[in-house]
Amino acid sequence: MAGRYKSDLNWSDVTPKDVWLNRRKLMAGAGAVALGSIAGPAAASLNARKTAYGEGLELNTWDEITSYNNFYEFGTGKEDPARYAGELTTEPWTIEIGGLVDRPGSYGLEDILKDVTLEERIYRLRCVERWAMVVPWVGFELADLLDRVGVQPSAKYVAFETALRPDEMRGVRFPVIEWPYKEGLRLDEAMHPLTILATGLYDEPMPNQNGAPIRVVVPWKYGYKSIKSIVKITLVAEQPPTAWNEYSAHEYGFYSNVNPERDHPRWSQKYERRVGGGLFAKQTPTAKFNGYGEEVAHLYAGMDLIVNH
Amino acid sequence: MPGQGLAQVSVVKRVNRAIGLVPPLAIYVLAVLPPVWFLWQAQTGRLGVEPIKALEHELGELALQVLIATLAVRPVNKWTGINFLKLRRSFGVVTFFYVLLHLLVWLVLDVQFLDQIWADIVKRPYITVGMGAFALMIPLALTSNNLSLRKLGPIRWRRLHRLMYPVVLLGAIHFVMLSKGFQLEPYVYLGVILALLATRIRWAVLRPA
Repeated sequence: MAGRYKSDLNWSDVTPKDVWLNRRKLMAGAGAVALGSIAGPAAASLNARKTAYGEGLELNTWDEITSYNNFYEFGTGKEDPARYAGELTTEPWTIEIGGLVDRPGSYGLEDILKDVTLEERIYRLRCVERWAMVVPWVGFELADLLDRVGVQPSAKYVAFETALRPDEMRGVRFPVIEWPYKEGLRLDEAMHPLTILATGLYDEPMPNQNGAPIRVVVPWKYGYKSIKSIVKITLVAEQPPTAWNEYSAHEYGFYSNVNPERDHPRWSQKYERRVGGGLFAKQTPTAKFNGYGEEVAHLYAGMDLIVNH
Repeated sequence: MPGQGLAQVSVVKRVNRAIGLVPPLAIYVLAVLPPVWFLWQAQTGRLGVEPIKALEHELGELALQVLIATLAVRPVNKWTGINFLKLRRSFGVVTFFYVLLHLLVWLVLDVQFLDQIWADIVKRPYITVGMGAFALMIPLALTSNNLSLRKLGPIRWRRLHRLMYPVVLLGAIHFVMLSKGFQLEPYVYLGVILALLATRIRWAVLRPA
């Protein structure tokens, strides 16, 4: 439900649009857009309700957030999604909602959106590869949608799937991982008020490279849990298979909570580096649950988070 | 060369004469340009918003490419008659220089903390493999001069410099091990390197040392 969060922050704490647009121009002047056709923000603003989330966090710029992406459906290079995700048709868009729900069916995106209030949620994003950003997402709580379709008592997990369109996604022609991309959350994680379905950022419609038109954002987990361009949501009783976990279970666990105490086998997770700091950017310590421990640690009470990584 | 036309022979001759005119110093001067170019790109945002990883990757890939060129000198000479042997040692030295820069970017800009660096070297197999390749290159770099060649004598010098084979193999494996998911590019490098190494195996059997 929108408006669940309160704090002392108000409109004056939010970076004004002209300021970040201005940063874009500065970046462009510095040649940062030499990468090619990086789409600027669309004309229409979403007018999302401001919320308290993200107090004290310095936002990454629009250019940083939209030019450095992992979206392997469009290629494995960081700049590939910005270059090729424009080929994805995002209108019309429907999500197949099924499994253990009272009202299964094909839900059109406009139909889903007419019942929700869009909010701005400024969240930290921590990639398993050790880079980090702060993103002003626009979206609504996943719980709102799940409540609407009626979750049955036997459901324990939520499974998600990304669109698979070889004609529009050049990256899926090669089996980097098993397509379509799949992710999953335990039901209590999915119902947590921090977990949102995002449809935009910086109060603009979601750029394709960031998972248009609709994606999950779970800020206390590594980025790959926040599945993009969703076409399917299924409520299930058993833990569903997830893409990176299927590819290499000892590297990518089902939970994938950000945890500096549990190293990835190929690199330490103790530190992270904020994107945009240039050649001499410092590493900073990574916080457990990406800094959202107060809100989510209770979900894992009594669990060994090294084993259940 | 048997079976080659006269015109072809003269082209090869002309190419070899041109190569003969290139002093190794020119290779070293040219070799400085790509890293300077990458550094300039990184500093001005042209390598994207996360330039450290990009620079590290560019330098690593460049090192692999020059390693492949170094390894290709012998088969190219055998199959086409074109003779880069005179410049091969400088290719090797350039490779070492690129690997060193790649390592420095990783140490100084990327990992930054000494305890983390050591932990990575002992705990992360792909880094252990990469460091192994670098360690094996040190004696090669130190002996890539005329004095060492004279002191060791050509046979021992050549035997020592066969360390290049494990170095290049470790380099390719390092690239395969660090990529996320199943990606084509590192396997292309590995394939080319294995093919070039295979040309050596046959010679060793035919001409025992």
